[in-house]
Amino acid sequence: MEAVYNPWPWYVSGPLIALTMAILILLGKRFGMSSNLETFCSMGGAGKFVDYFKVDTKPRRWNLMVVLGTVIGGFIGANVLSPQDQVAINKKSVETLKAFGFDSAGEAYLPTELFSAQSLSDPKIWIILLVGGFLVGFGARYAGGCTSGHAISGLSDLQIPSLIAVIGFFVGGLVMVHMVFPLIF
Amino acid sequence: MRSIGYVLVGVFFGIVLFKSEAASWFRIYEMFQFDSFHMYGIMGSALILGALFTQWVKKSGTKSFFGEKISIVPKEKGYVRYAIGGILFGLGWALAGACPGPMYVLVGAGYWPILIVLGSAVFGAFCYGLLRRKLPH
Repeated sequence: MEAVYNPWPWYVSGPLIALTMAILILLGKRFGMSSNLETFCSMGGAGKFVDYFKVDTKPRRWNLMVVLGTVIGGFIGANVLSPQDQVAINKKSVETLKAFGFDSAGEAYLPTELFSAQSLSDPKIWIILLVGGFLVGFGARYAGGCTSGHAISGLSDLQIPSLIAVIGFFVGGLVMVHMVFPLIF
Repeated sequence: MRSIGYVLVGVFFGIVLFKSEAASWFRIYEMFQFDSFHMYGIMGSALILGALFTQWVKKSGTKSFFGEKISIVPKEKGYVRYAIGGILFGLGWALAGACPGPMYVLVGAGYWPILIVLGSAVFGAFCYGLLRRKLPH
């Protein structure tokens, strides 16, 4: 049980993610976690403003079931399977983060400087969370997929568009961490 | 009944994402700092096994569990949407430290501020739908 309670190494986690995709394909579906963002728009009545969202959400309901399960899985992972949830990242990353004021680096699952009730008293944190989320949602739908849809399923199917998208993911991520972080933190 | 199956797949996926620490903001930062092999190992091994599986399904013509033909739809051709959309996504991925899958995991794990990120992601998807015709694809 020790092995289950400890963080799972990449050579266990990666194959299990491939297994998730394989099961969905064998169920006749596909592996992608961002199209549901559009389904939520449709369900929330976005079709009244934009025809793009005027779709029958019934054929997409399976995807929302996967989302519901993912939430439950997060609850189980955090509350049942993780007696301690510090993420032991590389010391070099801990040091650069501490220099940015992230004192929780190496001691928490998420930085308390961004994801705690106290952090939300600072308007700057709200802006970071709102901008980050907006870019993820807008970018994923513009690119037609996210990490699961492009980096795992698309590349697994040797799709050139997915390769372009994944290169884009890394260009964006590197610019954010190396050029924007020093300006905002 | 099928719905329960999809929920169970999600539960499994959610547990894997949490326990692999792929849902940790810190792991994403470390990845973009090239300070650890962890995230590259996760995505790389998922990709290699995923590619073997996908090619096998396509070559063997395997049927789904429900006996239907499996069709793996290719992505639409194009460059611009993938490049620009990808870069915007990457900027957000590094800033929020989470892509859509991990956002749902973190809701379940009880990190409530992630709801701000998730709500904003839904709004971002809405804005894409709104501006879609005006954007280069």
